[in-house]
Amino acid sequence: MSTTTFEAVETGAGSAGGTRLGWALADSWTMTRRELLHWARQPVQVVVGLAFPVMLLLMFGYLMGGGLGIEGNYREYLVPGMFALTMAFGLDATMVAVTQDLNKGVVDRFRSMPMTNGAVLVGRSAADMLQSLLSLIILMGVGLAVGWRWHGSFAAVLGAMGLLLLLRFAMLWMGIHLAMVAGKPELVMAVQILVWPVSFLSNAFATPESMPGWLGAVVEWNPMSATATAVRDLFGNEGGVSTASWASEHASLLAVVWPVVLVAVFFPLAVRRFGRLSR
Amino acid sequence: MTDAITVEGVRKTYGARKALDGLDLTVARGTVHGVLGPNGAGKTTAVRIMATLLRHDEGHVRVAGYDVRTDADAVRRRIGLLGQHAAVDEDLSGRQNLEMFGRLYHLGVRRARARADELLGRFGLADTGSKAVKQYSGGMRRRLDLAASLITDPEVLFLDEPTTGLDPRARGEVWGAVRSLVGGGTTVLLTTQYLEEADQLADRISVIDEGRVIADGTSDELKAKTGGDRIDVVLHDSAQLAAAAVLLPGEASVDEDRRMVSAPVADRMAALTQVVRALQDAGIEAEDIALRRPTLDEVFLDLTGRGTEVKEDA
Repeated sequence: MSTTTFEAVETGAGSAGGTRLGWALADSWTMTRRELLHWARQPVQVVVGLAFPVMLLLMFGYLMGGGLGIEGNYREYLVPGMFALTMAFGLDATMVAVTQDLNKGVVDRFRSMPMTNGAVLVGRSAADMLQSLLSLIILMGVGLAVGWRWHGSFAAVLGAMGLLLLLRFAMLWMGIHLAMVAGKPELVMAVQILVWPVSFLSNAFATPESMPGWLGAVVEWNPMSATATAVRDLFGNEGGVSTASWASEHASLLAVVWPVVLVAVFFPLAVRRFGRLSR
Repeated sequence: MTDAITVEGVRKTYGARKALDGLDLTVARGTVHGVLGPNGAGKTTAVRIMATLLRHDEGHVRVAGYDVRTDADAVRRRIGLLGQHAAVDEDLSGRQNLEMFGRLYHLGVRRARARADELLGRFGLADTGSKAVKQYSGGMRRRLDLAASLITDPEVLFLDEPTTGLDPRARGEVWGAVRSLVGGGTTVLLTTQYLEEADQLADRISVIDEGRVIADGTSDELKAKTGGDRIDVVLHDSAQLAAAAVLLPGEASVDEDRRMVSAPVADRMAALTQVVRALQDAGIEAEDIALRRPTLDEVFLDLTGRGTEVKEDA
C-alpha cells in the first residue's frame, strides 16, 4: 500500500509544464468544490446570504423610496444601484470567509501539502464569483417583479452584468488582502462596519446633485457610483451617463478602470501575502 | 543517508524574542523522536519550520533528504503533519475531508475516495457517515486529523502535542494509533509537554528549553541523568517529615502542605521495600506510598535548576 500511493504522489507532482498546469487547475477545482460542499451543508446560510440584498432592495424601494427626492420612477433608479451595492457588500462576505479560514487549522494542512500554492485563493474567488452571479440573477428577477425594466439590448444587459461582476472581482481581491492583513475576526468587524458608510456614500440611493456640493463630489468619485451609473446607462434606466460632471460623463470608462486598478493593486498584494504566511 | 531529519544551528526570532536559538536535532529513519519541553520552549516553532510552514532565519534543515527551504515541495510530498489544533475542515464530514486531501495530494478522484474509506475504517471512523467534523468528540477529531496526515503514507510524520487537551481515554486512542504506525517504518517526530508520553512512545528524547536542546538521549539515559523514578511518602503526622526524609534514599524534598517527602530512586521495587521497612523500624506511620515517574517539572528542575512555571507562555 505504501509504495503504490507513493508512486501516485510522485507522478502527480510531475515536473512537466503541462502536468503542472493540469494540477493547478485540478487543485483549484478541488478548493472550489470545497466551498460548494459548504453551501450544500449549510443551505440556510446560503439562503440568508442571497436574501439579504433582496431585503435591502425591497426596504429601500418601498419604505424609503418616496422620501429620497428622485424624479420619475425611483425603482428604475434604485434597482441598478442595489446591484452595485450588492457587489460592493461582497467585500464583507469575502473577508469573513477568508478570516474564518485562516483562523482554522485547515489552511496549515493545505500549506503543508504539495498542492498548488494559490489554489486556496482561487477556490475562494471562484465560489464568491459564483455566489455573486447567482445573487445578481435573483436580484434582477426581484427587480423585474417590483417594476424595474431594462430598455437596452440583450448585449447591453450582459455588458452591465459584466461590469457589476468586475466590481465584485475587485472587491474580492481587496477583501482577501484586507482579511489577511487584519488577520483577526475583531479587526474584520471594523472593516465590515466601514463597508456600510462607504457603500452608502455612492449614488446607489440618491443622485449626487441632491447632496451638498462637497459630498456630491465624494460620492461621484466612489468606484461604486461609476459602476452604478454605467450600468444604469446600459440598462437604459434613469441616472445614466450625463454631462453633469467629469466623473458622470466618463462613468463607463471609470467603471472599468476603477476595478481594474483595484485588482492590479490587491491581487499581487494578496498573493504575496498568502505566500508570506510562512514568515 | 540514514537520517530522516537533520536540524543544524537553527535560529528564528520574532521581533526581540528568540523562539529558536541554535537548535540541533538528528532523527534516525524509522524511529520515534520525542521533543520534550514546556510551553514557549520552541517546540511548535521547530515543527512548523520542519514542515515548511515557517521559514527559519539561520541554520539548515533537511527532512526526508530534502532542504525545507529550497525543496519545500519535495519535503511536502513526504511528510504528514498533525498540528496542535485540528487541521481539518470542521464544516465537512470526515469522508469529505479525507477525499479532499487525497485529491490535493494528486491521488486522482477514484483513489482519493478509496483511500478515504480505508483510513476511516482504520481509525474507527467508518460509521460517522455525513456528520460534520464539528460534531465529533475531541478524540474522534484527533483521529481524523491523524488519518489526514497519513493519506500518502508519509516518510516523516510530525506530531505536535498530539494529545494536549484530550481526556485520558482519547489520549490512549491516539497513542495506540501512533504505535501501530511506527511498525510500518514511518519516522515520527513527536513534541509533548508530558514526560510520560515521550516515555511511552519515543525511542529517543530531546529536552528543549529556550529554543535549544538542553539534554537528549533515550528515556533511560535521561532518567539516569535526572534521577529517574521517584518515591512519594505521605505521612500521617507532619512532625515526622524531617525524620522520614533522612530515611529515604537519595536527596529527599519535603512538601509540608501535603505532608509528603519525595526522593529519586534507582531501583523501583528494592527502594519500595527498603523504605517501607525503614519507616516501620523508625515507628513512622505512612498514609500513602507511591512510586511514580518524575514530572516534566522535576526533569526541568534537575536539568536547569529551575522549574517550568517561570517560563513565559508562548
